[in-house]
Amino acid sequence: MSAAIVGIGATEFSKDSGRSELKLAVEAVRAALADAGLAPSDVDGLVTFTMDTSTEIAVARELGVPELTFFGQVGYGGGAACGVVQQAMLAVDAGLADVVVCYRALNERSGRRFGQVSHALAGASTSSGVDAGWHYPMGLATPAAMVAMVARRYLHEYGGSTEDFGRVAVASRRHAATNPHAWFYERPITLAEHQASRWIAEPLRLLDCCQESDGAVALVVTRLDRARDLPHPPAVIRAAAQGSGPDQYVMTSYYRDDLAGLPEMGVVARQLWRRSGYTPDDVRVAVLYDHFTPYVLMQLEELGFCPRGEAGRFLADGGVEPGGRLVLNPHGGQLGEAYIHGVNGIAEAVRQVRGTAVNQVPDPGPVLVTAGTGVPTSALILTSP
Amino acid sequence: MSASFVDASILDEAKRIIAAGESPPRVARDAVNLPMVRNWLEAMGDDNPVYERDGIAPPAMTQVWTMRGLRPVPDPHDPLAAMTAVLDAAGFTSVVATNCEQTYHRYLRVGERVAVRGRLVDVTGPKRTALGEGWFVTTESTWYVGTEPVATMLFRVLKYKPAPQAVLRPVASPDTEFFWAGTVKGELRIWRCEECGALRHPPGPSCPRCGAMRPGYVVAAGTGTVYSYVVHHHPQVPGRKAPFVVALVELPEGVRVVGELLDCDPAEARIGAPVRVDFVRVDASLSLPAWRLS
Repeated sequence: MSAAIVGIGATEFSKDSGRSELKLAVEAVRAALADAGLAPSDVDGLVTFTMDTSTEIAVARELGVPELTFFGQVGYGGGAACGVVQQAMLAVDAGLADVVVCYRALNERSGRRFGQVSHALAGASTSSGVDAGWHYPMGLATPAAMVAMVARRYLHEYGGSTEDFGRVAVASRRHAATNPHAWFYERPITLAEHQASRWIAEPLRLLDCCQESDGAVALVVTRLDRARDLPHPPAVIRAAAQGSGPDQYVMTSYYRDDLAGLPEMGVVARQLWRRSGYTPDDVRVAVLYDHFTPYVLMQLEELGFCPRGEAGRFLADGGVEPGGRLVLNPHGGQLGEAYIHGVNGIAEAVRQVRGTAVNQVPDPGPVLVTAGTGVPTSALILTSP
Repeated sequence: MSASFVDASILDEAKRIIAAGESPPRVARDAVNLPMVRNWLEAMGDDNPVYERDGIAPPAMTQVWTMRGLRPVPDPHDPLAAMTAVLDAAGFTSVVATNCEQTYHRYLRVGERVAVRGRLVDVTGPKRTALGEGWFVTTESTWYVGTEPVATMLFRVLKYKPAPQAVLRPVASPDTEFFWAGTVKGELRIWRCEECGALRHPPGPSCPRCGAMRPGYVVAAGTGTVYSYVVHHHPQVPGRKAPFVVALVELPEGVRVVGELLDCDPAEARIGAPVRVDFVRVDASLSLPAWRLS
C-alpha cells in the first residue's frame, strides 16, 4: 500500500451547531486541507457516506474545487467510516486522483436523530425498506433496541453481565474526561453510575448508548510519496478492509446461525491481519466503534484480542484499564467525545500515529480503527512511515 | 355507543345552542380609556398619534375591552363554552383555533362602554384532519355600544380527538406480499423454494441455497421458542406503550421471526420460553405477527 492520511480537520462537537450540515462539511474539509498544507485547488477527489446530506459536488462548489476525477459514497451508516478512506486509498493508489478528501458532517442531535424511530427508513420503497418491514412494525424500531436483541443473546450464550458492557463506557468516559474536545470533558463515570442509569432497551442502559452530536470531520488522503513533502508525518494506511457477513442485514442480522457475534467484523479482521502482516498481539491502541457497548465486546473477539465469549473476562481483568493490555478509544470514543459516525475515531488514530493526541500513547505502534458495527463495516490499520 | 349516534347527539346539541341565538350582553369591566389605550399601543409598538389626539381606541383592541381578567368566572351563557362542553364529553378534548376574522364598523371613543354578545353559527363534522378526527365550531361575537353594533368577529376552532399514533406499516414488495396476505388471514407463512424445498424468513425472490426463482410458501405450525428478546423502554415507538417486549422466535420449521411478545410482563420474558403465534389486526389490510407465552 502506498497511501496515507496527511490531514485531519474537524468542527467543534456540540448538541446544536446552529448551521447547515453543508457548512459543517466545508469547515471540516478546509481545516483538514490546512492541516495537510494543501489548498482546495489540490483536491481532485471527494468521498462521503450515503447518509451524508451534502453531496461531493456541493462540497466541491463551496470549496472552489474546479474539477473532480473521483467521487463516491459508501453505504450502511457508520459502517462506511473506514470504507471512505479505503475508497480514497484505492483512488490515489490507482492514479485516479491525487488528493482525495473524505468527510462526514451531521447535525445528528439538533437535526435528524438516529436514536428516534425513523419513519423515512421504514417506509422506503427499497430493499432496505422491505427489510425494515420485518422489524419496525413489530416495535423493534431503534438502533439501541436492534443491538439489544443481539446483546441479550450474547449474555445468554456466554454468561456475562451488563457490568462487562459498563467497563467499555467507563474506559471511554475516562479518556473523554481529559480530552478538551470531548463533549464529556471532565465528566468521567463509574461502573456504579453505569449500572444505575435508566434502561433504554434491556439489556442496554443509557450509558451503553453513545451520545448524539452535531459536527463534522474530514480526512485528506494522498499517495505516500507525495505525503513526504507535507507538514505532518503521514499516517500510512497499512491495511484497509470492508466486510459483510452471511445473511447480512443492517442492524438486524437475526437470521444467521450465530447471533452472538459480528461475523462481518471477522471478515474485516482476517483481511487486516493478512494485508498488514500484523497480528492482534502487535496492537496496543484500538479505536473501536462504540455506538453501543456490547458491540465493542464482540469486536474484541472478532478482531482476535480475546477468544469468543471471553471479552467480558478480558475487560473484567483490566484489559482496557490504565496499564491494561489495550488502550481503547483514547479520545473518549463516541460514548465520550462525539458521535461523528466513526470518522472522529479515524482522526484520533491519525493523531496517535503522529504523536499529537491529548491522551497520547507513547510509541503506539500500529493503530487499529474500526467502523460501525451490526452493519456491513470496515476498518483500518495506520502506522507511522 | 355507535359513532353515528354520537354524531347525531352532537348535532342536536349544536342545533339547540344555535337556536338559542345571541347570548345576553356581557358588559366590559371598564369604559374605553386612554391609559389602557396607551399601554396597548406601547406593547404593540404602534406610535400613531391619532388615537391620543382624537380620543379614540385602535379597532384591534375591541376584544380587549371585554376580556375577563386573569381569573375569569365561567360565563354560563357563552355559546362556545357550551359547545366545547358537549364536544369534550364526546371525547373531542383537544382544541386549535383555525380562523379569526374581525370586522370594525367604527372607531370606539374614550368613555364608551361596550358589551359583547355571542352566538353559535355553525358546527361541522366529524372531519378527518391531520391532527385527528374533529368538529369545526364557528361562533360570531358582536360588540355593541348601546344597541349599535361596533365590531363583529367570526371565530372558528377545531375540537378534535388526538389521533393515536399509528404503527409503522411494512413496505411489501411483490416478493413479500404473500407473507402479509397470510397474516391478514391468520396464517404465518414461511417462504419455501418450490425447487429444493428450502425454507427461509425473511423471504426474497431467489433461493439462496439452489438459486431457483420458484418461490412458494408453507403455513407455519404457529409455535416456537424465544431465541432472544428486547424490553423496550425509550424512546416512544408509534402505536406502543413502553415498556414492551419484542421477541426473536425460533420456529420448529427452522426459521426465526420477530414479533411483539403480547401481554408479557418484562420480568416473565426469558430465552427458551415456548410461545405461540398471534396476529394483531391493525386494519382490514394489515395484521402484524406477534407472540404470546404458551
